[in-house]
Amino acid sequence: MNYMLLIYSDPAMDPAYGTPAFDAMMKGFFDMNTSMKADGVLRGGEALQGVETATSLRLRGGRTETMDGPFAETREHLGGYYIVDVPDLDAALRYAAMIPTAQWGTIEVRPLMHYNPAA
Amino acid sequence: MMNTAAPNPVAKVVAEVMRRDRGRLLAALAARLRDMQLAEDALQDAVISALSHWGRSGLPNSPQGWLLKVALRKAIDRLRSNSRAVRNIAELTLLAEEEAQEAPFDTIPDERLRLIFTCCHPAIEPKSRLALTLRTLGGMSTVEIAAVFLDSDVAMGQRLSRAKAKITAARIPFAIPDPEHWPDRLQSVLTVIYLIFTRGYAAGPARGLTLCEEALFLARLLNDLSPNDAEIEGALALILITNARAGARVQGGQTVLLAAQDRMQWNHALLDEGRALVAAALACRNLGPSSSQQLLEPFTSFYL
Repeated sequence: MNYMLLIYSDPAMDPAYGTPAFDAMMKGFFDMNTSMKADGVLRGGEALQGVETATSLRLRGGRTETMDGPFAETREHLGGYYIVDVPDLDAALRYAAMIPTAQWGTIEVRPLMHYNPAA
Repeated sequence: MMNTAAPNPVAKVVAEVMRRDRGRLLAALAARLRDMQLAEDALQDAVISALSHWGRSGLPNSPQGWLLKVALRKAIDRLRSNSRAVRNIAELTLLAEEEAQEAPFDTIPDERLRLIFTCCHPAIEPKSRLALTLRTLGGMSTVEIAAVFLDSDVAMGQRLSRAKAKITAARIPFAIPDPEHWPDRLQSVLTVIYLIFTRGYAAGPARGLTLCEEALFLARLLNDLSPNDAEIEGALALILITNARAGARVQGGQTVLLAAQDRMQWNHALLDEGRALVAAALACRNLGPSSSQQLLEPFTSFYL
């Protein structure tokens, strides 16, 4: 079963580049990437650029509305994701707990459907 | 014409088997099907079959085994006829093969511990954990559960459906947690049982008795399924000892404080059982016989 681990955090809480906390975070991500690859569960993942680069789009009454910024005005933003292929939710939650951001942000775990249009 | 006044002996047997073994049958089905709604529906189908079949051909050697076998077959039928089923053919074939190979069960494998951990999984909303546990492992109907939560039957039905759908869609496993996660997950189960108990306790002896009894049943079940666990023994002891005083707790609508209670009205069998469990739980924690005795001394003398 494929699960997406959506990584949410308040950018103000993310460690700043060049600090020891940042290095620790990067090491955390690197270690988890290594073990997910070794376990053969990693199907994909990316980090997103900051919300200041986000553009939202919607169609209303046939007109395209394009807006600066992310969809929801919240403190925590989607910062990246992993897709893992594991047997059940408990296994997905184990990997979610390995994501360094879980210590100050929130990881949302969602099962995926089988609609991947790129597959 | 059916004579509705005379009790139908087959219906009585079926009702009795379901009263005693419904949780066990549901757990065995859910563990195989990984779908609680399907397990419930298939068991219901099997019960309907039993009512007509047992009347014609007599009771099977093992009514429980018969129900399980037939329910599995009914579940496969339901999966086959459901074009919207997300299950792939390979899984269905495997299930059908397993079903064909399995001899009629003489004894049903007890999967209830797995089912408890599933119903009390932290990925399920807390209130739904209580409702689901009462519905699947306890003996309560959706209508009865709605009544104790002061919800409408429809709202409670929807809550239960949502929880069951999440278990299937998110693949919450039917599994006993590994040792690393055991303490946390056990706490989640014990919290559910304890909340059921306190809900019954707060409602008072007149209305809350069912819930207190359900909690006691669930705690005993957990202790039987996973013996020698100090946390479980402690929780069961707490429920036993509190329940033992139920008869003396309220007099004429007024709460009677512990010191003023008529001790003759305490249920001493429950107290003894609770005390023995406390002793066992303390012994489990490697406190040594003397220190546990010291700890127990004020406790036991209080209840003498």
